[in-house]
This record gives sequence, structure tokens and C-alpha cells, in this order.
Amino acid sequence: MTENEAVERDVMEYDVVIVGAGPAGLSAAIRLKQQNEDLAVCVVEKGSEVGAHILSGAIFEPRALNELIPDWKDKGAPLNTAVSRDDIYFMTGESGAFKMPGLFVPKTMHNHGNYIISLGKLCRWLGEQAEALGVEIYPGFPAQDAIIEDGIVRGIVTGDMGLDKEGKHKEGMYTPGMELRGKYTLFAEGCRGHIGKKLIRQYELDNDADPQHFGIGIKELWEIPAEKHQPGLVVHSAGWPLDLIGTGSLGGSFLYHLEDNKVAVGLIVDLSYTNPYLSPFDEFQRLKHHPVFKQYLEGGKRLSYGARALNKGGLYSIPKMVFPGGALIGCDLGTMNFAKIKGSHTAMKSGMLAADAAATALKAGGQGADVLESYPEAFKASWLYDELYRSRNFGVFLHKFGALIGGALNFIEQNLFGGKLPFTAHDRKRDHETLVPASQAQKIDYPKPDGKLSFDKLSSVFLSSTSHEEDQPSHLQLTDASIPIDKNLPEYAEPAQRYCPAGVYEVVEEKDGGKRFQINAANCVHCKTCDIKDPAQNITWVAPEGGGGPNYSAM
Amino acid sequence: MKVLVSVKRVVDYNVRIQVKGDGSGVNLDGVKMSMNPFDEIAMEEAVRLKEAGTAEEVIAVTIGGDKAEEQLRSALAFGADRAIHVKVNEEVSPLTAARILKAVFEKEQPGLFLMGKQAIDDDNNQTGQMTSALLGIPQATFAGELKIDGNKATVVREVDAGLETIEVDLPAVVTADLRLNEPRYLKLPDIMKAKRKPVETVSMADLGVEAAPGLTVTKTSPPPARAAGIKVKTVDELVAALKDKGLV
Amino acid sequence: MSKILVVAQHDDGQLNVATARAVKCASEVGGEVEVLVLAESGQSIGEAAAQLEGVSKVLVADNAANSQPLAAVLAPQIAKVAQDGGYSHVFGPNTTYGKDLMPRVAALMGVAMVTDIMAVHGAHEFDRPIYAGNAIVTVQADSGQAVVASVRCASYQAAGQGGSAAVEGISVDAELPTHTRYVGLKKEGGDRPDLQSAPRVVSGGRGVGSSENFKVIFDLADKLGAGVGASRAAVDSGYVPNDMQVGQTGKIIAPELYIAVGISGAIQHLAGIKDAGCIVAINSDEDAPIFEVADIGLVGDLFQVLPELQGKL
Repeated sequence: MTENEAVERDVMEYDVVIVGAGPAGLSAAIRLKQQNEDLAVCVVEKGSEVGAHILSGAIFEPRALNELIPDWKDKGAPLNTAVSRDDIYFMTGESGAFKMPGLFVPKTMHNHGNYIISLGKLCRWLGEQAEALGVEIYPGFPAQDAIIEDGIVRGIVTGDMGLDKEGKHKEGMYTPGMELRGKYTLFAEGCRGHIGKKLIRQYELDNDADPQHFGIGIKELWEIPAEKHQPGLVVHSAGWPLDLIGTGSLGGSFLYHLEDNKVAVGLIVDLSYTNPYLSPFDEFQRLKHHPVFKQYLEGGKRLSYGARALNKGGLYSIPKMVFPGGALIGCDLGTMNFAKIKGSHTAMKSGMLAADAAATALKAGGQGADVLESYPEAFKASWLYDELYRSRNFGVFLHKFGALIGGALNFIEQNLFGGKLPFTAHDRKRDHETLVPASQAQKIDYPKPDGKLSFDKLSSVFLSSTSHEEDQPSHLQLTDASIPIDKNLPEYAEPAQRYCPAGVYEVVEEKDGGKRFQINAANCVHCKTCDIKDPAQNITWVAPEGGGGPNYSAM
Repeated sequence: MKVLVSVKRVVDYNVRIQVKGDGSGVNLDGVKMSMNPFDEIAMEEAVRLKEAGTAEEVIAVTIGGDKAEEQLRSALAFGADRAIHVKVNEEVSPLTAARILKAVFEKEQPGLFLMGKQAIDDDNNQTGQMTSALLGIPQATFAGELKIDGNKATVVREVDAGLETIEVDLPAVVTADLRLNEPRYLKLPDIMKAKRKPVETVSMADLGVEAAPGLTVTKTSPPPARAAGIKVKTVDELVAALKDKGLV
Repeated sequence: MSKILVVAQHDDGQLNVATARAVKCASEVGGEVEVLVLAESGQSIGEAAAQLEGVSKVLVADNAANSQPLAAVLAPQIAKVAQDGGYSHVFGPNTTYGKDLMPRVAALMGVAMVTDIMAVHGAHEFDRPIYAGNAIVTVQADSGQAVVASVRCASYQAAGQGGSAAVEGISVDAELPTHTRYVGLKKEGGDRPDLQSAPRVVSGGRGVGSSENFKVIFDLADKLGAGVGASRAAVDSGYVPNDMQVGQTGKIIAPELYIAVGISGAIQHLAGIKDAGCIVAINSDEDAPIFEVADIGLVGDLFQVLPELQGKL
């Protein structure tokens, strides 16, 4: 993909180059060094530091961590709050809800033995463990492209720095990206990684897979009054403000009580939603007024805000994992277990399996041109496969039958059949194909934020601490600049204005009555929703200048 | 000429800080830390002096806990030749910092001491001035332009009234303002090389420095919110309101 | 009982108004407030200071070395006067003059300094901003020592006129260095003041509508002698260049008067003006968030309001 011969780039060589310092990438790096401390391993990360771009609920199942670092407790891993209680609600309206008796909760939703954590903090800790083992981690250096020579992935090239809006070199500031070459390159960019997406296309990795399905998770961190805080309490809900019976808008919400009077609250909206007027951000804002949530949040203070897309397709949406010279791991591959709404332990495990495969190949004298076939083989034999197999129908049931009926089917499958109903359901409609025309859709009149429980988009983005150098090429690229106004606007009322949780996209009315599509790229929180949901698939997310993006502290 | 540059580890300027609910301080849990941006400018200026042949050696110094070594590594990646880590785990008042930096200065005998004009955490804007006072050497604060000529420096200072030029004998303390330069992007190979450059660790006792008196922080609160004022209906009312406030 | 020495700032033979603000703050501490004028020939400056309300005495130390505001030269004299006179407090304004000077005074006296006093709770307890004003700390100074401090000008009105303090000439016996020499001052050029330091600023937002329409903003600014800024929306729409942007990712400013025209007032913009003295909002959308923070709001069409305003000023 990169044939940029005009620029002279510095080159550094490694045994393994890993793209992304999240749970998958860092677990892979640690595992490689555990297998052979002499391996040269490097991790590049687009965030300004490890954890800056990490956002997750998060309830953490320690299974993979137990395998990777058995003495994590002694080493101070930030797993401080064990889950003490699971509450699940079906929300029937803006104030109505019924609590699901524990008996009927699908087993995958039981969280005994799990921890409520900040995944960002866990990644910072994993980063320290990796560096202690000699892994080189470079935050602020995004991989912009894979180096592919003769069909073999040979590493990555980091983004250029010091380009202006037009892409011209800024005087005295231009710094070309460099080549990081590895015998193997592991891509751990997270959901909808921009290089992973290209690799899937180039190597036709998803030819035999179902389409991947996605959700957008929007999350806030709150500090609440001490008397309302119950460390370890987990609250999940389905239904209002999304559908309980229908399938037009699906998703679920969460509220987790962490330590120090902190709670994480969020909403996941399936990107298979059909109404172009739906705004995941505004759905989340009104959710917080529901008594189930308000009872905890009232009187509290919002500390942080962020959003991230997640994959929920499950086992049959996972593409081929390997190609010559490299592999996809974690959410770049799509290992999230949606039945558990957890992807951290599965991401870690996939990274460890890929690392094992790479370490074995390198030990055998592998020079990297080969395909790491032992990685998918080990995957099939692992608990990760078994876990994803048992959950394979979960998301599909919900997509096809809605939260209540699909939920019931999930209860039957998970609790009565242990996840092994003798058939597999498929969902082949892609998320960008689901919108109905605006003319056939109902406009949604969202309530005004009250400034106490609910807020507007820009003051929310402010709390993501997102920042980008302003004078740089837009990292949100339109293949055809006319589509938003000429096509998306009349057909779908340009849904980007609403699905983007950061106010990046605006349709601006000019004084002469004309319309203009405005991209406020500096607001972007790197959630990737636009790259997924645009009905014309006209928006491509690429990495901005290094260090740009959110600066999440404990998300 | 040797150039000494002090750098401080502070909350990154992109982070929106939050005051803790109990008023005991600012929430630093998991918050990104960086080199004080004004110190980066000072660092950049020192490296440019070296690249221009004016300086032979650039030495970075920091005062702080174990983690402050990260900022020294950044300074070394900028191009400092070596670094000194004065390890202190407690908060250090500006006057104490000035005493420490005086001791380091006397040990190293640099021809120029560059610093940021202020740290963006406590916003004190004192340490440079205090250090030069204790050393009895010139200070040139808020530098927007720096020229070295033999044993003199000409500094253009960004003052409220405009641009003030002063000339100082060296050695002197010069504190960097925003427009002195635009710091470069750190390059990966330089970051790698920085890992191997020498960092000397010393304590306040090693330097023979005792803590100076400081201020006690009794409470931290969020800034008062601005409230809506009056609404006027006509331009005449607006003009009257502005006159009333003595603004026109 | 406190005895406070306020260091006078003066330029071109005139007392700078920042001094009157520092006096106001000193008066809140209570006790005797005296002003120290260090100049080449400071009689008339001293007389101006003597008229400030709350001032009980003005000391004028004439010295050819004091012709220019060099901290290295002034600080030893201030420290000497403060120590010999038994002052409990030494205050200066938080202008670049005071910021440069006061820490040097504190270090020579061997005491801690309070930067940017924004509220006085007692003789040794003050509020000051940290993190660019995003948090306020209450600090306690050691009551056994003199307090050296700078006063945040934006937090204090100038002390009123009507005082009649005695003006006393003094000579200060301090050794003055010659290692620092004044060369010159270039006032910020051009007809329009620099956005960053202008005491008045007029800013336009997306509501202005076009690059050509920005003329109404420039015209009003010129009438007021104000700097010109813009919101990010206006910059992103290409109406004006990036260096005019006010806000979180642009310039953070604190003018005495800020007129926001056609600016909705997103938090990102407000982050750049939160220390402004008086915010005036002119916007056709009465629900614009800018009105929630504006000291004076006017709902109206900017293309009618601005020319009318310009005519009536």
C-alpha cells in the first residue's frame, strides 16, 4: 500500500511489530517476551500515551490475565472492585421498568468472579509490565499504513508529522514517518482498525465470514454522592429508550459502581438501527433521566465522556486471522463476546495465541514471509473458540427478534443448552445498509439537556480531552465530497450529524440558502462510527497526526 | 558554553482537570503527565543553540519523584546530552526549587540557564526569577527571542506594553515564552537513543539544600461559574450599560 | 496590624492603573497601605498614587538607575525598603512588570510568594488560580514572615480617587547590579491591538456568515480600538485565519471587554474567555448558550445592531 519512494524514511527493524497498545497488543507483546526475552518487540500507539484512547465499560473477566500474569495481584494490577451484585432491568418507558428475576438472566450475564475496572488503567499497567520485560512502546506514533512487498506484510510506516491542511510540509516542522519493519506484524488497532480494514479487503480475509456487526458505546464517568455508591454493583438494562419489542433500534445500557464513589454509565446502540433520525448520543442523554439511572446519578458530577465502536458479530463474523507476515488480533479481528458484553479477556487471549504462534515460528528460524497458520489452529483448540461458539447466536437472536423475544431465546440457549443449540443463526445485512429513507422515518424530538443529568454534545466532547493539531490534513476523508449534501442529505437527512457522538459532522446552511457539509475533525474521539455507518460508505477514517485524539484518564 | 535547562513533570495541557469533590485537590488519577510546555520551548532553544554551535553541551535537570525521569528522557530525546534528576517525593515550593537549581547551577557552572516562564500546573511563575535572585545573576523572563553574543545575551521580552529588549551579561537565567520557538516533533530513533543517555540521580541532601518556607494549600475549589447578567432590548440600552460599567 | 507596601508600576511617567488595582486588594487585607515609587524622577507619579483611596503614605525613591523597569535593579531596593520598614506584606500587580519583579523580591527576602491573589480571606489567607484558572486554591502563608504577592488585576477594580496621602522622598541604600541593561521597547505595532493583550476584543462567529461580512466586526473593533478574534466555527468556515481563533484550541484571552458577535458560545469557546472582565453577546438566537454567561446580552440581527452600535459609541 505504501509506495512512497519520494520520502526518505528512517528504518528500524524488529522481530515483531505490534500496532496498538490495547489489551490485545500489550498481551501479545508480553507473551512474546515471556516466550523468548531476546525477541525485539515494538508496540506503536496512536494515543498520546498508553490508555489515552482506551474506552470500555468495563467488567473484566480475569481468565486471560490469570494465564498471562498469574501473580497480577502482587504486581498491583488495577483490579480493585469485585462485582458484588448484578441487576438487570427491562425498561418499558421513560419511567417504567421491571427487574428481571436472577433466575431468568442468561448465564453469560452473570458476573460473579469478575471485576469492575477502568480498561485504560489496566492497559497502562500492562504497558508497564511490557516495558519491564523490554518491550519498546511508542505512544504518539500511529501506524498509518502497512508495508506490503510482494504480497507480504513487512511492517508499518508511522504517520508523517508537520503537514498543513493541504498536506504540504510545514516549514521546519515536517517530520516524515518512519518504517518499522518486523518479521511479523500484529494488528491490534481495536474495532474497525483503519489498516485492519484495508488488510481484510486486500487479502479477502472475510470472504467466508458473515458481515461484521457493530455497536457504538457511549460512556461517561461520574462521581456520585457517597450514600448512593455501592462498590461492585452492576446494573444492566435493555429496552427504553431503544426498542424492547421491535428490532429497529437495539442496544443496552450499563451502570457500574467502581471505587472512590465513581460510576461508569453508558449506552450501547447497535449500528444496525434503521431510523436515520436516531441519535445515539441523545438516546444516552435521555436514558440518564430514567429512574433506574437517575437514582444513582442525581447530585453527582460528570467527570469524563467518550465513545467507541465495538464489534458484536461474534464467531461467524470473524475473518481469516492471518496473511503472509502478520495477523489480526483482538477487536481488529472481532473477538468480542457480545453475549457477555466483554471483549477484553478475549482480545488478550487472541493476542497471546498469535504471540505464541509468532514466537514458535521465530524460534524455528522463520523470517516472516510465511502465514502463521498455527495461530488459527490454536484458536480453534482454545477456550476462546469454545466461548465464542456458545455465544454465536446471541447477537443474531436480538437482531432478528428484538430485546424481549431475542432475550428469551438467549436465556433458553445459554441457560438450558449451555450455548449449544443445534443450529446457527446468520445475519447478513451490513450495518450501513439498514437505514430507511428519511421520508419514511419518524423524526425524533429529543428533550433539551438539563445541564445536570444530560448535556449537549460539545460540552461532552470537551470532557473527552480530545485534541488535534488544527493545521493538518483532515483524517476523515470523503471519497466523493458531493455525497453528503447531494445524496445523504435528501435520502437520509445526512445521519452523520446524529450518529457522530462528537459533533464532527454538521450540515451548515449558508446565507444564500445553500448547504455545506462541515467536518470538524478536531472534535473526533476516534470511535470509528462514521467509517461504519455512512450509508454510502463514503467516509474513511485514517490516523491523524501522532498524539491526536482523546486523552481519556480512566475510561 | 554549557546550557542548563530545567524541566517539570506536569498534567498534560490537553487534560481537562477536575477538582476533587472533597476539595482536597485536583484529580490526578490516571491523568496524562507531560513535560511542561514552556520547558519544551526552553529545551528546544537549548538544542538549537547547540546545533548552531553556540552551546557545546546541554544538560537537563528536573526535580521530582521517580516518574519525573520520563520527562528527563523526553529532554534527552530533544537532544540534551545528559540529565540530572533531583529526586524529591514531596511537593517542592518555588523557593525550594530555586535553592535546588542554584546548587545544581553552582555545580555545573553553565553559561546559560533556560527555563519555561511558568509551569502550567501551579502557574506560579516564580522559579526562574527566584533562582537568578539567589545566584545574583541577571534574569530575562518571558523571552520571545534570544541572541547570544560572546558573554552577553540580547533578549526580546514579551511584556504587556509590547516587545522589550534587554541585554544581560552571562551567565543568566532566561525564561521561555510561547513565541520563542515551536518545539520539534520527537523522532523515534531519538527517543530510543535517549534511553541510553546518562541520568545522574541526586538528593537534596547531596546538594546540601534545605526546604524553604512555602504556602499551605487549605482548600481546592472549582472556579466560580459565570452567571448570566442582564439582557438589553436596544442598542441604546447596550450603550448605556457599557457606559455604566465604565467600559466605553 | 498589617503594614503593606504596594510597588507602583508606571510607564512613560504615568502611574499604571494596575497599581490602583493592587492598592484595592491591599485595602482588603486592612491596615496601613503605602505605595513605593521607584523611578528616575517620580514626584508626579507619587502624587498620583497619593490620590488613591486607602493609601496612607507614598514613598518615592528617585535614582537614575530606576529609569527603566529592570527587575534585577528594582528588586534589591524593594527588599531593602520592605525589610527596613518592617512591612508585613509587599504587593505588586500581576502584569508582566509585577510577574518579573515580585518573585525576585521574595527570593531576596527569603520568603514564599503568593502569585495572582484573586480573593483575600485574611492577612495570611488568599485565593489564587491554578491550572489556568480551572481550579482555585486557598493558600495560607506563614504569619511569621512577610507576604510577597502579586495581585490578579482582573479580580480587582481600581481603587478610587480622593485620597490625600503624604508623598515622601527616600533614598535606598542597596547595591544595584549593572549586569542587566535596558535596550528599548517596541510597542505592539499596527493600528489594531494584538488579540492576546488587547483590553477590548470583538469576536465574530459563524453567524457573521462570510469573509466579506467580517468587515462589520473589524469596523466596530476599530471604532473601539479593540483587537479582533473569531470562534472556531468562523475559522473552520474559512471566514478568517486560524491565528484569530479564540478558545480552547486557540488563544486564551482576558480582555476587560469582550464582545461576542454571532457566536453561539460552545464551552470550547468559553474556555478561552472565562477570565474576561465583561462579556457582551450579540446573537439572533435567543437560546444561544453564550447568553448564559454574558454580562450583557442583546438578541438581534448583527447586521443591524453593529452599525447602529458603531454610530452611537
